[in-house]
Amino acid sequence: MGASTQIHQTYANGHPAVDPTQVPYRLYTDPELYAREQEQLFRGPTWNYLALEAELAKPGDFRANFIGETPVFITRDQKGELHALVNRCAHRGAIVCREVRGNRKTMVCPYHQWSYDLNGTLRGVPFRRGVNGKGGYAEDFNPAEHSLTPVRIATYRGLVFGTFSDDVAPLPEYLGPAMREHFDTIFNRPIEVLGFSRQLIHGNWKVYAENTKDPYHGSLLHMFHATFGSYRSSQDGGMKVDEQGRNSLIIALKSDEKQELAAYTSESVGSYSKTLKLADPTLLAARPEFDRFSTTIQYIFPNLVVQQISNTLATRQLVPKGVDKFELLVTYFGYRDDDDEMRTMRIKQSNLIGPAGLIALEDGYAVELVQRAVAYDREAHSYIELGGRGTGNDDSLVTESAIRAFWKSYGELMGLRWGGSADGSNGTARAD
Amino acid sequence: MEATELRARIEDLQAAYAECLDSNRLEQWPEFFTERCIYKIIPYENEALGMPIPLMYGDSRGMLRDRVVAHRNANFFAPHMYRHLIARMRIAGNDHGVVSTFTNYAVYRTMLDPGDYGRSELFSVGVYQDKIVFENGNPLFQEKIVVIDTSQISTLLVTPL
Ligand code: FES
Ligand SMILES: [Fe+2]
Repeated sequence: MGASTQIHQTYANGHPAVDPTQVPYRLYTDPELYAREQEQLFRGPTWNYLALEAELAKPGDFRANFIGETPVFITRDQKGELHALVNRCAHRGAIVCREVRGNRKTMVCPYHQWSYDLNGTLRGVPFRRGVNGKGGYAEDFNPAEHSLTPVRIATYRGLVFGTFSDDVAPLPEYLGPAMREHFDTIFNRPIEVLGFSRQLIHGNWKVYAENTKDPYHGSLLHMFHATFGSYRSSQDGGMKVDEQGRNSLIIALKSDEKQELAAYTSESVGSYSKTLKLADPTLLAARPEFDRFSTTIQYIFPNLVVQQISNTLATRQLVPKGVDKFELLVTYFGYRDDDDEMRTMRIKQSNLIGPAGLIALEDGYAVELVQRAVAYDREAHSYIELGGRGTGNDDSLVTESAIRAFWKSYGELMGLRWGGSADGSNGTARAD
Repeated sequence: MEATELRARIEDLQAAYAECLDSNRLEQWPEFFTERCIYKIIPYENEALGMPIPLMYGDSRGMLRDRVVAHRNANFFAPHMYRHLIARMRIAGNDHGVVSTFTNYAVYRTMLDPGDYGRSELFSVGVYQDKIVFENGNPLFQEKIVVIDTSQISTLLVTPL
């Protein structure tokens, strides 16, 4: 108790908690801060990704999920409207929706069988009038006052987001023009969900958030393409950061599009190799999409990553499970109008991503390496000055600007004082 | 081949396959498969939904070799070892020499990195859905579908199951 009060005061008294170029490692390990994140971030003025509408195509479809650690579920009611509800019975608090996904007409809490419509309205209560005139609820019991707690939702291009906040900006504004434009590209036509993967990573969720804003690690940590010569590290692209610094988009374009386009036929894919060659290059057979060959990693604060790596398309949801653990739930998709060849390519290329991904599996390991090393050094800090100290767009991929922007925005939302100098005006705050 | 001999031969194949992975002889792993083959690790979650996305996939011995070359040369991960426990298989059918079997497995992962050296955990449990053929008298996997109940992968999955 004493210890946590002290921590609270440390933050409140303006110890420079977050300088976006020097992030103290306690931000990854402090349980009190983690609890505050639940209130001020996940249940605060943010939009949390909940589902793809394609997962909830039919009336009665539902799926359970989480906003931070708060259990929620999302439904499509009989009228076809989407709802999100806190997954907690209005009677005495039990979990109501007990399956990951499914289709139902009503949700019945197993404990005492209070039953709810899919919009959360309480429909039925057993023994409401008691038995033989004894027990039960009073005359003035009003079921309408005992609905499930609703979560406000909004959708954009078939992605469903939810918020506990009345003050958060409307979703399109929250996303910002650059992020919307990317959604417009990726979600340009009806999608088909192709599967899921789940990964439990033993690290703080923010270490992973940094990873998804870090174009620097791509060709250094993930050595698959370099090893097989199927990729050259000189990639064009850039980094886009929204005005608040929360959301970001890494775009990596292949540097020589013509050459890459020629590599479309699987036979020639391995042709850059100087050392090792793929025995079966059909693994990398790909088609240009969105008029280009590219990798794009988009992070929407606080819990969504939209990834497009070659022909793999997926959303990744971060579900925190304590200060040093989170689950990564990946939802893979294609388009409903994919031909068989494209569908096959997407499935084969899924080898590249996810928990067993040839160019992705290292991320979970990297997060855990950080978490382990920082566990006992609360005041030590990282060094985030690649590409300068700015927090804005960058036409280089050798930059950590989006990571700085993340910490700046995080500090603001969490009410942390930050900045290397007393007034915080050391230049790190500017969004340029 | 008589039923008892067939069972014995396939059980030996399963045991040798497990031992190959457990003793880190990954280079030999593709040799347990036919040249054209299917090796697939798919979460139960997807299998149950009829969704196709696998975690690991190969449809030729070459693609399995590429996995091993990547494992050895490209991928970064904490050093670890596996121990397979393989239950008694059920032979589900024999269709013109293609023998279908179902075999439950459990894989324990033991970490070999400094922080966790010697810590074992149940890493994956599921069922092998195999199709086995005999080439030159030797049983090989024409298809090995690993349906993992453990849909939630702890940290990462780099070594085949
Ligand atoms: S807690 Fe749900 S009905 Fe009692
Ligand atoms: Fe990565």
